Amino acid sequence: MFDIKSYEKADTVKQAIELLSANPDAKLIAGGTDVLIRLREGHEEFSSIIDIHHLEEIKGVEMQDNMDVRIGAGMCFTDVIESEIIDQTIPIVAEASGTVGGPQVRNVATIGGNLCNGAISADSVASLCVLDATLEIEGIDGAREVPVTEFYLGPGKIVLTHTEILKSIYIKAENYMGFGTHYYKYAMRNAMDIATIGCAAAIKVDEGKVETLKLAFTVAAPKPTRATTAEQFSVGLDATSENIEKIAKKALEDLNPRDSWRASKDFRLHIIETLAKRVITAAIIDAGVQL
Amino acid sequence: MSVGKPIERLDAVAKVTGKARYTEDFTLQGMKHAVYVRSDIAHGMVKSINVDEASALTGVRAIFTYEDVPDILFATAGHPYSTDPGHRDPYDRNLLTKHVRYEGDEVAIVVADSELIARKAARLIKVEYDKLPVLNTPERILADDAEMIHPTGNIVGAHEFVVGGDMAEAIKSSEHTLENKYSTAMVQHFHLENHIAYAYMEDNENITVVSSTQIPHIARRIISEALDFPMGKIKVIKPYIGGGFGAKQDVVVEPMAAFLTLKMGGAPIQINLTREECLSCTRTRHPFLGTAKGGIDKNGKLTFMDVEVVSLTGAYASHGHAIAQAGGAKACTMYPRSVIRFNATTVYSNMPAAGAMRAYGTPQVIFFVENMMEELALKAGIDPLEFRLKNAGLPGDINPLNKKPILSHGLKECLEKGRKLIDWDKKKKRYKKFKDGTIRRGLGVACFSYASGTYPVLVEIASVRMALVQDGSVHVLTGATEIGQGSDTVFAQMASETTGISTDKIKVISTQDTDFSPFDTGSYASRQTYVGGQAIYKTAEKLKDNILAYAEEMTGVLANRLQIVGDKIVLIEQPDKTVVTLKDLSIDAHYHKDRGGQITAEVSYKTRTNAPSFGCTFVDIEVDIELCKVDIKEIINIHDSGKIINPILAKGQVHGGMGMSIGAALAEEMLIDDETGKVYNNNLLDYKMPTIMDTPDLKCDFVETEEPTASYGNKSLGEPPIISPAPAIRNAILDATGVAPSELPMSPKRLFELFKLEGLI
Ligand SMILES: Cc1cc2nc3c(=O)[nH]c(=O)nc-3n(C[C@H](O)[C@H](O)[C@H](O)COP(=O)(O)OP(=O)(O)OC[C@H]3O[C@@H](n4cnc5c(N)ncnc54)[C@H](O)[C@@H]3O)c2cc1C
Repeated sequence: MFDIKSYEKADTVKQAIELLSANPDAKLIAGGTDVLIRLREGHEEFSSIIDIHHLEEIKGVEMQDNMDVRIGAGMCFTDVIESEIIDQTIPIVAEASGTVGGPQVRNVATIGGNLCNGAISADSVASLCVLDATLEIEGIDGAREVPVTEFYLGPGKIVLTHTEILKSIYIKAENYMGFGTHYYKYAMRNAMDIATIGCAAAIKVDEGKVETLKLAFTVAAPKPTRATTAEQFSVGLDATSENIEKIAKKALEDLNPRDSWRASKDFRLHIIETLAKRVITAAIIDAGVQL
Repeated sequence: MSVGKPIERLDAVAKVTGKARYTEDFTLQGMKHAVYVRSDIAHGMVKSINVDEASALTGVRAIFTYEDVPDILFATAGHPYSTDPGHRDPYDRNLLTKHVRYEGDEVAIVVADSELIARKAARLIKVEYDKLPVLNTPERILADDAEMIHPTGNIVGAHEFVVGGDMAEAIKSSEHTLENKYSTAMVQHFHLENHIAYAYMEDNENITVVSSTQIPHIARRIISEALDFPMGKIKVIKPYIGGGFGAKQDVVVEPMAAFLTLKMGGAPIQINLTREECLSCTRTRHPFLGTAKGGIDKNGKLTFMDVEVVSLTGAYASHGHAIAQAGGAKACTMYPRSVIRFNATTVYSNMPAAGAMRAYGTPQVIFFVENMMEELALKAGIDPLEFRLKNAGLPGDINPLNKKPILSHGLKECLEKGRKLIDWDKKKKRYKKFKDGTIRRGLGVACFSYASGTYPVLVEIASVRMALVQDGSVHVLTGATEIGQGSDTVFAQMASETTGISTDKIKVISTQDTDFSPFDTGSYASRQTYVGGQAIYKTAEKLKDNILAYAEEMTGVLANRLQIVGDKIVLIEQPDKTVVTLKDLSIDAHYHKDRGGQITAEVSYKTRTNAPSFGCTFVDIEVDIELCKVDIKEIINIHDSGKIINPILAKGQVHGGMGMSIGAALAEEMLIDDETGKVYNNNLLDYKMPTIMDTPDLKCDFVETEEPTASYGNKSLGEPPIISPAPAIRNAILDATGVAPSELPMSPKRLFELFKLEGLI
């Protein structure tokens, strides 16, 4: 049983925005796998809800004419995993989606809800960061686009204002074509767990040298973070195991994981370095390059 | 012949189709819901309670605080009553308390029209406390000037025994000795069905309590004690239950439900705990901290083992010191030819209360012993498996503790079987190559011994009534409770074996109702097939005799010429010759105007033996040093549980125990702040119980000895599978990495610290 004060179902994005603007206490609910947990715990700020889980406008995965990929924010993870377009263009997103919860959760939890919930452990976000995804947002004051790397402000905090809805996630062709990618979620369990550290890499290697590396971490700083120092350091280096170890060490410079009862800072730093090494290696192999 | 056959469990279809009804599935008109107000500090005295806002909420019917409950202390442990006052469990609980002793202690309770309203109201109640120091480490708890957690002091119990010879001499005869510190964690039962009960009255005098309990008859007694209410006017009903693992061998919500219905004019009141409440506010497993010592002589003989522990029972005693006592006693038959010293102290602490949990203190003690055994063998340069084989007990060895001969002892055969199944010798050689780098391989083994009940510490009483139904089928009423382990099914098999009546004609009544179920103390201590089985056997013999005697009266054929086969009575000499069918006989017995009567048999029997059971775990692991993770490649449990009554059920039982032990080995622990007593992880996200994705293929096998003290040659199997996997995994980690973990769980976080300390990362 949930303590729901008001429930409204929006039929269009426009209507959802209007409903939000009419009720400053209302919150959107998509799959509800974050919202209902909070409600059960007695968090009353989630007791007025506007349901968008069935909205066709925010569903679907499409390949644009220019080969950019659009993912509807309302797609549940199972649909993302099963999408052929995603499999052929940005398989890292499916890979990351497959680490979320268990099958029942993935059947309802949406990729948009994952981002908008603002958790620093969100499993889809690291992969979208290394793909330099852009988020299409609409609110009462109009529409805007925000790079996913600028979407998070801090733990649980995102750039959306009260009336704004995340509609779509765009990945440009130039950001996936020719890249090898990999995502690894380090958690205490192989399913139904929160990441201790999440790590995604996208890499382009040209004639044995790193042309571009994009390396992103979750739970490694107050928000999902790209290891830009390591990325810049890597450019032009030979793709060798020794260099990967050096890049992995550099990754620590941009990150600042928490020391908590869940895991010590030392432990997280060790895992960050280990994952950086392993994930970059796997991405290079994915790019078809022999190490 | 039904014993030994893999017949499908009687409740399988009911459970998988969702038809089986559990406590929560029963609702009554006008049912109200009660929710506790729990302390948010771990130790202190309530200064004030403000219920104004909560009372004003629509749908709130009543709020009771510690001032409103009877001034009666009661003991919650699901033990049979002891006629010796010195042997009773500590009477240390009130229904609600002013002195809060752990985070989550119960200071008040709200009754409302729905659980939702009750929870909301409970959150609105404001409680102020005077804080007291939080005592969570043995040093602090046992300090001279320590605050008293209970007026009786902080020590719940302590004892020591030395058996099997003289300790000083054993030490003298040792070539090598060692002493190491070990500790185990507070872990959780995780039965699927949370604690739940409801109570109501149908008149002004009698209370009915329906509960998810392992121990309906004991629950009735404790409710009666807690409320000072006549026992004969309380009825406890146990419907289908979604697991207990010992957490429901305790009275948790039942007395409060009964109290509330009494207060509310007999209205039905349900208490349905959340998972979070179950985790930190019911019962846990006692963490043990201490040392194990051992010695080995030049011939590889274990000269002595010496275990000294402090057991933390938490805020309330519950099963208290009985846990450490049982743990020490049950470990004595594994290597019975050595001197054994065991010393234990159980103390209160400002933590969730620990109670009974599967294998009752033994997993803790065996973790100490089997870690020590491993290191002792390595110190002496002997293969740890050879060391165990050499010292394993044999049939005819004397149990050093009770001085009785061990009639069946299959430990050595279990070890030999496991050695083959896991391919120990070959792998030992092969894995020598995998002892450096980040990926390493290792093998581990650990043994255990256990018991088949609680005798002679406690009474072992079981009672059964069987009645022939008019259609020739048999109803079996037992006070022993089916809690998922399959006891109803094996009872049907046993009854069939002894009477000759086919299993499908035997219905074991799965619901216990203390108004009509024969007396039995319930399901715990792996006692049911062993102790309950004796009563089943004796009742079935009697029923068979009564049926055949009536057949003689009916047909004139002498009873000693007759036997029952399936649903017929036939001549022993000519089994294809039906003398009379059971149905015809039963109709005659029930309805003949001049002879017969209902054919029944009833026996109440006290078992006065207690057969030890044995086994071991073999495990093959891979350790990823950098990731600080252990991957189990192969794990096998081998059990000597005497004759296996039902191989599929036995296997299921073993798999379940292994899974729980793997969780305890690698992941599970309740995290409690030493300073504040705060429980960090009383939820399914942060308490890392393994999922199916974390559980390897579980294998098991049996060495079927014949136990002469059991009616069907059987010994305990319910709890034993949980004992040896954790130390076996630990020993495999030592084999793979050279690092010897001493604390549970061996989670990535802990392995990280160890590997760092040892310079592996
Ligand atoms: C058992 C379990 C396991 C889980 N395991 C994982 C895991 O492994 N990894 C992981 O990352 N997460 C996990 N989660 C968390 C959760 O499932 C994900 O964050 C999920 O993606 C949330 O999506 P949803 O559609 O259910 O969001 P909802 O709960 O419906 O919404 C979440 C938040 O986002 C807002 N919101 C939703 N959609 C939009 C939108 N289109 N525009 C603007 N705001 C929006 C809501 O208002 C709310 O604040 C788990 C949850 C559960 C219950």
